[in-house]
Amino acid sequence: MNLPAEPISDTATRGDPEQTWLLRLYVAGSTPRCVAALTRLKEVCEAFFPGNHRIEVIDLLDHPELAERDEILAIPTLVRQSPLPIRKIIGDLSDIHNVLAGLQTPTSRPSKPS
Amino acid sequence: MTAQNKQPVGRVAKAPSGIRGLDEITFGGLPQGRPTLVCGGAGSGKTLLALEFLARGAIEFDEPGLFVGFEETAEELSANIASLGFDLEKLVTAKKLYLDHVKFDHVHTVEAGEFDLEGLFIRLGRAIDLIGARRVALDTIESLFARLPNPVVLRAELQRLFRWFKDRGVTVVMTGERGGGLHTRSELEEYVSDCVIKLDHRVVDGVSTRRLRIVKYRGSAHGTNEYPFLIDDSGISVLPITSLGLEQQVSYERISTGIPRLDMMLGGEGYYRGSSILLSGTSGTGKSTVAATFADATCRRGERCLYLAFEESKSQIIRNMRSIGLDLEPWTVSGKLRFVPLRPASSGLETHLNSIHRQVGEFQPDAVVIDPISSFMHSGSPIEAGNVVLRIVDFLKSRQITAVLTNLVAGGTPEKATDLNISSLIDTWLLLREVELGGERNRVIDIVKSRGMAHSNQMREFRLTDQGIELVDVYRGSEGVLTGSMRLAQEAKELASGERLLAEVERKKSLLDSKRRLTMSRIDALRLDFETEEQEIQAAIEEAEQRKDSLKRERVEMSVSRGADHTENVDQPNDLESSQDQTVRQRDPS
Repeated sequence: MNLPAEPISDTATRGDPEQTWLLRLYVAGSTPRCVAALTRLKEVCEAFFPGNHRIEVIDLLDHPELAERDEILAIPTLVRQSPLPIRKIIGDLSDIHNVLAGLQTPTSRPSKPS
Repeated sequence: MTAQNKQPVGRVAKAPSGIRGLDEITFGGLPQGRPTLVCGGAGSGKTLLALEFLARGAIEFDEPGLFVGFEETAEELSANIASLGFDLEKLVTAKKLYLDHVKFDHVHTVEAGEFDLEGLFIRLGRAIDLIGARRVALDTIESLFARLPNPVVLRAELQRLFRWFKDRGVTVVMTGERGGGLHTRSELEEYVSDCVIKLDHRVVDGVSTRRLRIVKYRGSAHGTNEYPFLIDDSGISVLPITSLGLEQQVSYERISTGIPRLDMMLGGEGYYRGSSILLSGTSGTGKSTVAATFADATCRRGERCLYLAFEESKSQIIRNMRSIGLDLEPWTVSGKLRFVPLRPASSGLETHLNSIHRQVGEFQPDAVVIDPISSFMHSGSPIEAGNVVLRIVDFLKSRQITAVLTNLVAGGTPEKATDLNISSLIDTWLLLREVELGGERNRVIDIVKSRGMAHSNQMREFRLTDQGIELVDVYRGSEGVLTGSMRLAQEAKELASGERLLAEVERKKSLLDSKRRLTMSRIDALRLDFETEEQEIQAAIEEAEQRKDSLKRERVEMSVSRGADHTENVDQPNDLESSQDQTVRQRDPS
């Protein structure tokens, strides 16, 4: 699977209308780790904020200047742009507990995506 | 440079730091295209060293530099280095320097799975490409350990990072906080095996001293001592002991000591220009006077003399010298002579060194007097003080400045014991001492050594008169230095003892002669004894032989007379028989 070069958005209508989750995923090329992170992110979003989220994928190989601007060291890094405050989750998102803890999902719903 | 050099090409390429003294002790700079670790405690000057390496690289060697701060912000950095007199803004604008401050918000960061530091690589790669950086400073990458949750990943990534830097051929200086026992807290030295520099800032007896040491430098010779270094408005300066190397120029020109008879003692012409002279002696032996006389002579030649006085003020020295007819005041007025009072304990040794460097740079003297160098002992340990004196002497030599150093020796210690261990660097060493004899106290002067000249081995009595210093011949014999009537008495005594010695020799000669004769006659008697004995033994041997033959014959006759069986072996069984016979026969007569 190849990651799209342009930021992609994935929005739906269900969920809390006031809270749109803006999640930015920083990758460097289409490494297995980055691909896996995006797949898992999509799963999490579908499970927890269906229709209420936006995912942006930024490839630092295409935009190297963003590494300094956005203070990105680790790849992949997921940044919760909104709701504030900004939170960062580093890694390929394989540790789902830490992903949820890092995102601080509004309710600790038990529905664990496989 | 070393025999066990593992480099394929004999020599390690070096990136000159431009930092005063550092390139001398590293024989050319830091390893080019390789990482160097600079470690030290808080406030030891690590960041400054890294920054200066970049700034000088950009200014002096046309090698743009990237500074990556992991702790200080860019503003803090600018303020930090502004104190060094480098205009960072200008360098940044000219794209000679890139300052990057890496923030890492570890509080709001969670680790959820595997990651690498590709983001950092991309970031550094972009900055390097932007300015064509040849040098990179990482200050201090160690702080990542505290902020990133996974040290295993971090170590692997740092290894990758240094390989990546090597591939790019950039020279890297990274700083590291010193931890207990090890060089750095996070054992950064694991990654950096090429060059490790250790900085140290300690306060000894209330005096701050900074030290630098090259812990290792793979594939290159380097100075191994701890070198003091200074941070002042022109940056860091390391003060190596022997920065002058062997290509130092020597002068054949001789200059007067200001004391004609002392000139005579020193091969007739005085000191060599640019040499270093040590005047050591206990209190009150006239060290300062000899030094001041030289200062006067320097000014008389129309040259400049810098007088660094530790214990006395300028006015005190001028007053004291007037009492022996030496007026130094006109020289201070005409600017030929400059007094600089130094307070021994008021500052660290490095500060003294620095101020001496500055004074010499300003005044451009032909000669320098330091009175006394033993005062450096108050500012540090004897070894440190000795090192500082070595450096001063070295520095002055490299500038062809004649240095006269006085050294106060504590009473009761052997005069030649210089606490400072500097005698090897001294060209001319004069020893001043007091001799108490025959109810008088006299000063004597003696040349312990004077390189490169035929100098007198005689002591001289020296007197401080109101006409200055006057040297008088003294008697030097086995029982010390004598003057006047004592000298005459000693000479007579020695003459008498000389005659006795002659008579003794004659007596021993005749004794030897008679002993020889006695020995010879003993040898003759022994030989005679031996010959007699020899004859006797010889006779006994012959007799025994004859007897053996006759025994054999008898045995045969006997067996014949007994009618022994001739088929039997004649020899073997008969042997036993015959021996029995023999014993029987021997017993028979008794």
